[in-house]
Amino acid sequence: MDYRTVPTTCTYCGCGCNFFLEVLDGRIIGTIPSKSGPANQGKLCIKGWHVHQFVQSPERLTRPLLRKNGNLSEVSWDEALDYTASRLKEITSAHGSDSAGFFASAKLTNEENYLIQKFARAAVGTNNVDHCARL
Amino acid sequence: MTNSIAEVEDAECIFVIGSNTTSSHPLVATRIFRAKEKGAKLIVADPREVHIAKLADLHVQHNLGTDVALLNGIMHVILERNWHDRSFIEERTEGFDDFKRVIDRYPPDKVAEITGVSPEDILRIAEYYASAGTASILYCMGITQHTTGVDNVKSLANLAMLTGNVGKESTGVNPLRGQNNVQGACDMGGLPNVYPGYQPVNMLDSQKKFESAWNATLSDRVGLTIPDMLSGLMDGSLKALYVIGENPLMSDPDSHHVEKALKGAELLVVQDIFMTPTAELAHVVLPGASFAEKDGTFTNTERRVLRVRKAIEPVGESRTDWEIIQDISNRLGYAMDYDGPEEIMKEIAAVTPSYGGISYDRLEGPGLQWPCPDPEHPGTKFLHKDGFARGKGLFHAIEYQEPAEVVDEEYPLWMTTGRVHVHYHTGTMTRNSPSLHAEMPEGYLEMNHRDAARLGICQGDLVSVTSRRGTINVKTQITERVREGVVFMPFHFVESSANVLTNPAYDPVVKIPEYKVCAVRVEKAA
Ligand code: SF4
Repeated sequence: MDYRTVPTTCTYCGCGCNFFLEVLDGRIIGTIPSKSGPANQGKLCIKGWHVHQFVQSPERLTRPLLRKNGNLSEVSWDEALDYTASRLKEITSAHGSDSAGFFASAKLTNEENYLIQKFARAAVGTNNVDHCARL
Repeated sequence: MTNSIAEVEDAECIFVIGSNTTSSHPLVATRIFRAKEKGAKLIVADPREVHIAKLADLHVQHNLGTDVALLNGIMHVILERNWHDRSFIEERTEGFDDFKRVIDRYPPDKVAEITGVSPEDILRIAEYYASAGTASILYCMGITQHTTGVDNVKSLANLAMLTGNVGKESTGVNPLRGQNNVQGACDMGGLPNVYPGYQPVNMLDSQKKFESAWNATLSDRVGLTIPDMLSGLMDGSLKALYVIGENPLMSDPDSHHVEKALKGAELLVVQDIFMTPTAELAHVVLPGASFAEKDGTFTNTERRVLRVRKAIEPVGESRTDWEIIQDISNRLGYAMDYDGPEEIMKEIAAVTPSYGGISYDRLEGPGLQWPCPDPEHPGTKFLHKDGFARGKGLFHAIEYQEPAEVVDEEYPLWMTTGRVHVHYHTGTMTRNSPSLHAEMPEGYLEMNHRDAARLGICQGDLVSVTSRRGTINVKTQITERVREGVVFMPFHFVESSANVLTNPAYDPVVKIPEYKVCAVRVEKAA
């Protein structure tokens, strides 16, 4: 039996509550609010208490999908990434860098948001990057 | 937020406007409860009787979209009664005279007519707020999601400056950011006009700086916002769209229009953790990892950078989002070779002045609040302590404007949208959480009993709600929470998606859609 608690930050609202994810043999089984969390001081709301449930939902996407003959079908990572990169390249070389746009995300980490905008700006060459700050 | 969450509990007066705090920011609401226990006065201005309103010393239900008028009215009274902070205004601000000329035009009787709030209540708000030693304003999307969103925020800033409630503990103008890392996504340059740390893309200095840091040629053209990207897809100027962790088909106003736009893309890539309605339309769907499956940081609403830690491996073949982006970048010929998020954070700190002192070593405890410019800096609890970033605080002279859509004979009811306590945004995560879904499995329309009686509608009846953009069916909840003539719907539910109805009219400056006001008609469903 491998039981661990991993301190982390809630993914729902902007309060930024801290809690421990309880992990038993590679599965998350619960959350424990962190007393030292500056925003929550040992409390959580109903969303925080149940935050682990969606993570292990059977509905999670687990394989890349590519549209073939109108339908999305499972493909390998290589095929999905090659397709994405080559289509991006085709479209932007034919119509210019500003023919591509990117939605970053308030759900992703800082590091990931940094990388998306760097990718859009430095690799593709466009400032067409935005996220739903307004929504 | 200009100030910190913990400071809220020591404010002598808290003015909550356009925030359903107990539902959307429960752990900020906790601080309001504590402040109340310590004797603070609580004012709530919200068109709905949201839960926090029940605790308020004064709750006013102003008409939808009349925030500027209400705030101008409050400031009119403060000036008239000489409750303003003269020395603060003189030393720390400018633009006062022009501002005052506009405020003079908003006497309480006139404001009462526009807002539906009585002159007596306007006076009481002014008195509570202006007489408190420390007064803190908390606001949320009820302020920003309007065609006058920027005007609303500036009016709140006016109010705080007028009374000197800025740059001190337990004061300030504090936006409660809706999504966990919306602050961080902005800080990191997930915006069309700025690099990380709000360095403008069209300023030569910052362009040069990032060109050398990233070893690339960069464009100095400001990019497109989300609404402009969607119009670009419609008119064919934008051909490829890469969407990560967002569900615009449900989250953006006028879903039918969004669907048309997305279907027009030559390439639509969606990277997400669930098969969202947006992903259904994609050419490529890339399975990303959830927050529990990766390392990184989030920045909360009080600018606090907090660690996210990997608890389990990504499910199935899903992969962390940074790895996916890195792989695509390498395929495009722009090399990226990060060995993990910590290395990315080092680069962030090197190019982003406000994050300059942030590193994973220093984030082991309670995190750090930016600005944190160097490794010795302790972080910043509240902003504007020794003056505003621009030197002096600027008063803005702002006139009230009607919402973009108003009720008429055909669409006689005002509709507004929002969240509920157990669900989040488009429901992708919460509706896949059995415990949360069980609490509230379906959407609803809140309607005042007088409107219901007039239309012959009973509690739980299925009704159809129609705006100029579309129709949806939903069950009713007859309630006193909304006033006569106003209906409310949460937007989490795909089967009765409120954003089919909402109006894609935007604030001219920051392009926030007017989710909080549109005109609808309600009929008993056949
Ligand atoms: S636990 Fe609740 S209040 Fe805390 S961050 Fe998560 S959603 Fe927000």
